[in-house]
Amino acid sequence: MGWLSRALNSSIGKKFVMALTGICLILFLVIHLINNLTLFAGPELFNSVVKGLDGIKPLIRVIEVILALIFIFHIYEGVRLWWENKKARPVNYTVNGSSKNSDIFSRTMIWTGSIVFIFLVIHLRTLWVTFNFDPTVHEGHRYYDAVVSAFQSPVYSLFYVVAVVILGFHLNHGFQSAFQTFGWNHKKYFPFIQKLGMIYSTLTALAFASIPIYFLFFFGGK
Amino acid sequence: MNEKKINLTLKIWRQVSPKSPGNFSEYKIAVSPDSSFLEMLDEINNDLESRSLEPIAFESDCREGICGTCGLVINGEPHGPLRKIATCQLHMRNFKDGDTIYVEPFRAKAFPLVKDLIVDRSAMDRIMEAGGFISVNTGSIPDANAIQVPKDIASEAMDAASCIGCGACVASCKNASAMLFVSAKVSQFALLPQGQTERYNRVEAMVKKMDELGFGACSNTYACEAECPKGISVKNIARMNREYFMAKVKSDNVEV
Repeated sequence: MGWLSRALNSSIGKKFVMALTGICLILFLVIHLINNLTLFAGPELFNSVVKGLDGIKPLIRVIEVILALIFIFHIYEGVRLWWENKKARPVNYTVNGSSKNSDIFSRTMIWTGSIVFIFLVIHLRTLWVTFNFDPTVHEGHRYYDAVVSAFQSPVYSLFYVVAVVILGFHLNHGFQSAFQTFGWNHKKYFPFIQKLGMIYSTLTALAFASIPIYFLFFFGGK
Repeated sequence: MNEKKINLTLKIWRQVSPKSPGNFSEYKIAVSPDSSFLEMLDEINNDLESRSLEPIAFESDCREGICGTCGLVINGEPHGPLRKIATCQLHMRNFKDGDTIYVEPFRAKAFPLVKDLIVDRSAMDRIMEAGGFISVNTGSIPDANAIQVPKDIASEAMDAASCIGCGACVASCKNASAMLFVSAKVSQFALLPQGQTERYNRVEAMVKKMDELGFGACSNTYACEAECPKGISVKNIARMNREYFMAKVKSDNVEV
């Protein structure tokens, strides 16, 4: 299988891993968002959805491990590509003309990705750990209350909003870039993919951002 | 001739040898707006030589945008601010009186600097040697329509083949990636019947060589397409990726 590892470690192979894991994460975000939006329906629905997921815990654990691996590969390849790509130009230009020939989202993937990663760690700590291991939340199925208390902190809510907007920037480039890497740049479909990516990234960012705004400024509708 | 000249301040990268440190030297010049960028450099060099000073080393050959020899990074953009032209086709009328212009060499690990504005771009030749050719005997000129190629495919192959190998894609890419160049060369063969025999070996060998030479990977910023003097499309990169995946799935090469 030496040929396969050499293929995946080639410049195109690394991009393929980036694109494939990226598409998986895009799909994960859709499911995550649909789950989250049940918050707007009130505590009963949200708690029962999370309780339902808790009921199939062994399966969820397997999915979590796969998801973690996808994240790890995406981050590992991203950092590696960034580092190797930097080394491909040891001496930088004095005048940087990149703003004239490319968009800012495509040039800042490592930075938007890094911010999203920091957010991910904090986000797992505040919500995932609480949901899984906090006895009052977990045993009592008081998930909705845990969300309300997390978003009572203006600092966390603000950070959440900023992070999901930056996630939107990351997705804006990532979506169409993944299809280009797969080689699916076709006259008929690629303009549609580019538009879909723009709509997807905007809607995802806005929908995720609406949750902390709803709880912080509108007190969860109360 | 009583034409109005424009006054420019040029900051040009001077470096005596590959290892020595380089820096910007400032030159003030009043130049005709009808002069080309390279003619302006010629004027500066004439002046330098008349004063027994070392002229600025830069490359050029055909000076009509088809050879790909000239290539300067002008205010941060390879071949300057205009689209789909080489440096030799850039005229001073595109600059304003009083402008300051920075002129730098192409910067990439795979393009080591030789002197001043000259870099060694032979890495691109190494990639071509790895697979950018057809080694089957194509014989004499075939009869018309003996090998049928649809017009749109022929045009696409010609568009890819219009790459002049100037290296502006590498110079403009934030990763100093040669993907646009390599993909154009892969595409021109992959699209035509004569290129089919070595199709998979070619893409595998050329990508391998490209990676070995220290070019970066593609981030899909599409800066290369914007700066390419021939307007080579990034669709070629997508095609090269497809070719590469198919080669990895189908070719017999287990050691590449």
